[in-house]
Amino acid sequence: MSQDKTCVIIGASHAGVNLAFNLRKEGWKGNIIIFDKDPKLPYHRPPLSKKYLELEDSIENHLLRSEENYLKENIDLKTGISVINIDTQEQIVTLEGGETQNYDTLVFATGARAFIPPIKGIEKAKHVFSLRNAKDVDEIRKALKNSNQKKVVVIGGGYIGLETAASLKKLGAHVTVLEREERILARVTTAHLSNFFSQLHTSNGVEIFTNKNVIEITRNHQVICDDASSFEADIIIVGVGIKVNTELAEQIGLKMKNGICVNTKMETSQENIYAIGDCTYHYNRFYNRFVRLESVQNAVDQAKIAAKNIHNIETEYDTIPWFWSDQYDVKLQMVGLADGFDDLVIRKEAEKKFSIWYFKENQLLAVDSINNAKSYVLGTKYIKTKTIIDKIKLANPESNLKSIATIK
Amino acid sequence: MAEITFITSDNEKVVLEANSGNVMQLAVNNGVKGIDGDCGGVCSCATCHVFVAEKDLNKVGKASSIEADMLELADDANEFSRLCCQIEISDDINGVELTIAKQ
Repeated sequence: MSQDKTCVIIGASHAGVNLAFNLRKEGWKGNIIIFDKDPKLPYHRPPLSKKYLELEDSIENHLLRSEENYLKENIDLKTGISVINIDTQEQIVTLEGGETQNYDTLVFATGARAFIPPIKGIEKAKHVFSLRNAKDVDEIRKALKNSNQKKVVVIGGGYIGLETAASLKKLGAHVTVLEREERILARVTTAHLSNFFSQLHTSNGVEIFTNKNVIEITRNHQVICDDASSFEADIIIVGVGIKVNTELAEQIGLKMKNGICVNTKMETSQENIYAIGDCTYHYNRFYNRFVRLESVQNAVDQAKIAAKNIHNIETEYDTIPWFWSDQYDVKLQMVGLADGFDDLVIRKEAEKKFSIWYFKENQLLAVDSINNAKSYVLGTKYIKTKTIIDKIKLANPESNLKSIATIK
Repeated sequence: MAEITFITSDNEKVVLEANSGNVMQLAVNNGVKGIDGDCGGVCSCATCHVFVAEKDLNKVGKASSIEADMLELADDANEFSRLCCQIEISDDINGVELTIAKQ
């Protein structure tokens, strides 16, 4: 019976916290203990680069759950505490400071941390910030307040870098984005969307430079690239991607591959140990391949699946991934994975309202929507039902999106 | 101050009070079943779907166009549907009754 059992969760972000509450929802009666080294009550991460930064908001407005909620559901949330060792034979975790805690079920919801690239001078520079935790944002805000020039260089033109650029621009900073690839968002989307976001930022006064490989940060506040160009900055934001927190998992010998390997039940290679969220390398049934995804949707949905399986309700992870990003007056919503597409259709309804539909052998793979929730929603339905789309109708913005499905 | 009544899918009534914030936050903070608010309240996930009681439709108002589009993700959406992260709490919505959609 579950009442005698203890489930220990390492990591109290979207995945870990949702797992805890879902376990209760499924009727698990045992102990639930969550450890996280972040001392704050667990919060939503997406607003960090957006509202939380922009509005100088309180993190209280972005909590995943209220403090009373944890008490009410008898979830033992231990923040500001790191797990440093795991004994899988004895089923015991050791905490920083030497205390131990036994478990029957262990869950890795360890997520990832900002990757700091090996740039000369980066470690010693006091004005370099990453953006992953609320504390990072608090420090960025403080630095911006104390800065006279407010000259910000963002290294990395991915979603985090661009969202941060947009927010800092709104706060009155002079923002320059340096991207190593030939276009921003190169790793995550297609040229069309990259161009759109490039223009969006430029028209809002953010400068974007591509093919800029940063090689040094000097003491006199210069950011130097390998083509000898340099940019002045009193604040530098590093947004070049993440590094999965896998140290503990490696320590105990879990099977790894670009993350912690899990099966569709979120089980790792060892008994009674699960993994969920950004840190997992998992199988996506719909796209028939293994992926590691950095998203709220993946964290929350895997948490739901793991909770059921821990409670002995066999359930398999089978979802179509979705993402979103908000920058200025633009809402980007994405559904599906476009990798491997061989054709795309752009449906343009207005300058800042369009959608891009990705196909492989005429099968719809993914849809990116700009200020166009209808495309996102119907795209989701068409992907799920494997509907064959009339591409000519789709490309015509006058056509009704409900009429683009062809009868099988 | 607004008093808001939630009716869950197993017909449980939960009455909550608040001055500010949005209805999704209120529900999540109080552990109201069936309201997840996975995206944190930015109208991106459609996991806070409620049906507004007919008598309260005027008080609560209609869904915005993006919200109405997102609601189409739910198969059971109808003219009473709202995503409650988009309903701001104020005196104006005092006494409203919201039935939570099945997930």
